[in-house]
Amino acid sequence: MISPKYFREIPQRYRLEAGKCKKCGQVYFPPRLICPECKSKQFETIKLNPEGKLLTYTIIRIASDKFSIQAPYAVGIVELNDGVKLTTQIANVDFDRIKIGMKLKLVFRKIQDEGAAGLHCYGYKAIVI
Amino acid sequence: MKDVAVIGVGMTQFGELWGKSIKDIFVEAALKAIENANVDHIDSMYVGSMSSGLFVGQEHLGAVMADYLGVSPIPATRVESACASGGIAFRQAYLEVASGASEIVLAGGVEKMTDGADVTEALATAADQEYEVYQGVTFPGLYAMIANAHMYQYKTTREQIAAVAVKNHKNGVNNPNAQFRGEISIDKVLNSTLVADPLRLLDCSPVSDGGAAVILCSMDIAKKFTKNPVRIKASAQASDTIALHSRKSFTTLNSVTAAAQKAYKIAGISPKDVNFAEVHDCFTIAEIVVSEDLGFFEKGCGGSAAEEGLTSLESGKIPINTSGGLKSKGHPVGATGVAQVIECYEQLTGQAGKRQVKNAKIGLTQNMGGSGASCVINILEAL
Repeated sequence: MISPKYFREIPQRYRLEAGKCKKCGQVYFPPRLICPECKSKQFETIKLNPEGKLLTYTIIRIASDKFSIQAPYAVGIVELNDGVKLTTQIANVDFDRIKIGMKLKLVFRKIQDEGAAGLHCYGYKAIVI
Repeated sequence: MKDVAVIGVGMTQFGELWGKSIKDIFVEAALKAIENANVDHIDSMYVGSMSSGLFVGQEHLGAVMADYLGVSPIPATRVESACASGGIAFRQAYLEVASGASEIVLAGGVEKMTDGADVTEALATAADQEYEVYQGVTFPGLYAMIANAHMYQYKTTREQIAAVAVKNHKNGVNNPNAQFRGEISIDKVLNSTLVADPLRLLDCSPVSDGGAAVILCSMDIAKKFTKNPVRIKASAQASDTIALHSRKSFTTLNSVTAAAQKAYKIAGISPKDVNFAEVHDCFTIAEIVVSEDLGFFEKGCGGSAAEEGLTSLESGKIPINTSGGLKSKGHPVGATGVAQVIECYEQLTGQAGKRQVKNAKIGLTQNMGGSGASCVINILEAL
């Protein structure tokens, strides 16, 4: 059986579904129940454009136990073309090539294995365009 | 609201206290504070702890500590706001006394981090579990992204950031309770192991055990217990988005600016009136950003200020982290905010020894949780 804490995030992790405030137009990823800007509770679901640019980054050398097998790996904050910002790993890249402002695109990847059973958990990582 | 005073303090050594349990550590600090304050009872108590559940498998800390301190059935409340747990426990105690609900209240904090838990994972629970931690980000990683953004935006250099660690270690040499009492050099910082680029091991506060406690009472009765009460001039708290990525800027911490504005207004002072500050240098870059957000330096100038020695004990401009800060003194997470108040108390009562700031009248503590999603600022004044 798939774990509830994993499957309820699938619309975001697999399909980049965000909530767009019907009143002020602000886009939230993940979706929210109330808009912090205008306090509206009316949202429509939109799919994010997976392309954007890198705002800041780091190379994780010392990871938690769960991620230590992947270290070192790059993590950055990406601003997508819709204006949404998110934290993601940057995959398939030489660390020396990573620069603030570079163009990236989110792709579907395995992120981690969860729990003692090692459930494969998927989601988005960024690659250089 | 009543005027509130700190009348006594107590803390344990910070470090790897393998022979002591979380209960031993908290009770040791609390007993020292009670003795130091010369009170025969407390009416209520607060225990700041970030994650005793993950670190040692013990929750329900309010009741646990009241029991082992031998003060049951008084109300005892555990306060959690990640790394700001201690500072906010202090604020809750302040509010309880200020409201008149209690006369004498203990504010303490404790963390036991060396009992074998995955510390990186436990600390990461202060970030957004589903949208930051899920991707593999760590706390050094979040502050490393703040550092890279600050270096990109303001041309802050690696050497400037390292200057914070060098200065705090120098101060910590003179703090008998500090975990690391040894000076380090810029070279040593820049050649230490990379943890999350550009931050290295000596940019990071250590994993620590430790406890700290202070006793508060209303100013009306403070002189009954001590000749030297320290007045709490202001206590302010603010929050921000849990995820670093949700913020408009990664180089300004809005919870710090919001809490600072409020605290300065309540105290009726401006940043230049503060004689010294204990700030949350969980990572070196944090002290630089916070020294700007508290208004001590222009935005973007925190790095050069650190490098020029404007925050050193000798500078006279604004000594920051005379205790050694989290970097040298140690960072038992829940105890940190209370230990900052203790350094203020010692400075304002002239008990800081070789760390003493001359003519110290007003001190400020800044304690924050996560990547700045919560912040509490306390301003204390010598009478």
